[in-house]
Amino acid sequence: MTAAGFGRALDLVTRVRGVRGAMLVSAADGLVVADQLMEGIKGPAVAALAGSLASRLGRAMTAAGVGESVFWHLQGSGGALLVVPAASGILVVAVAEPEVNVGLVRLELLRAAEAVA
Amino acid sequence: MSTRAVEAWTLEPLKRFVSEAAARLVLLMTPAGQVMAQHGFSRAVDVMSAAALSTAIMASTTEIAKQMHQPPFAALTHQGERHGIFLAGLSTNRGTIVALVVYDVDVSSVGLVQLFYEQLAADLQAASPKEGVPKQVLAADFERQLSESLNTLFGR
Repeated sequence: MTAAGFGRALDLVTRVRGVRGAMLVSAADGLVVADQLMEGIKGPAVAALAGSLASRLGRAMTAAGVGESVFWHLQGSGGALLVVPAASGILVVAVAEPEVNVGLVRLELLRAAEAVA
Repeated sequence: MSTRAVEAWTLEPLKRFVSEAAARLVLLMTPAGQVMAQHGFSRAVDVMSAAALSTAIMASTTEIAKQMHQPPFAALTHQGERHGIFLAGLSTNRGTIVALVVYDVDVSSVGLVQLFYEQLAADLQAASPKEGVPKQVLAADFERQLSESLNTLFGR
C-alpha cells in the first residue's frame, strides 16, 4: 500500500465527529506508520504504548482462550483510545473525545483495518 | 537483575529507564568505551566486549555520516528474532554518553525503547554534574581504572 492509501484509510476514521486523530501503528515495533493527529497528541508515545498494550492484551486473550482481539476501547476522563488490529500486523488507532460515537468510530476503524490489511 | 554505576549520578535515571522500557541489558559508556553504568550483565568480559563493539559501531557510523556530509546518526536499531538492539549517543554536562540497550521483542519494542530513551537522555542531562569534567585516562592508569570500574560494576 502507498502513503496515499494509508492516508485514505486514516481519512475514514478522522472524518468522524469527535475523533482527534488516527494512526497506523506497527504492532510489533510500536512505531508510527502513518498518522493524522491534532496538535498536542504525542504520536510516537501513543504508538509505542499501544503496541506494548497490544502485545500484552494478545497474550492475555490467548491465555483466556478467547481468540484474537478485534476491537479495544479504553475510556479515560478526558477522552478515549480506540484500536482495531488489522491482519497485516498494523494497529488502527483512534484518539477521540469522551463523548464520541464509539459505534461509528469502531465501524470506521474496522473499514480502515480492512483497507490496510 | 542488578543495576550498577561507576558514576553515581547515572544510577537513578538508568534504573527508571530499565523499569519503564523493560530493557534486558543496558550499558552506558563514554565514546572511548569507558563504562559508566550497566544493567543486566553478569560477567565482566561481556561488558568489556559490548562496550568495545558498541563504541566501534558508533565511531564507524559517525564516520560514515561525516563522509556523507551529514550530522551523526541519532540512533541505530537492529531487530533480531528474539532480541532487539538499540544504540545511540546522548549529550550531558560530562560530555557524550553512548547507550546500548538490548530488549526482548516479546516484552518490549523499539518504539517503547525510543520513547523512554528520550526520557533517559533528559534525566541524564539534568543529573550530570556541571563541573569537574573527569580528566583523560592515562595509559599508565588504564589497567587500574578498568579494574576499579569492573569491581564497582559487579559489586566486588
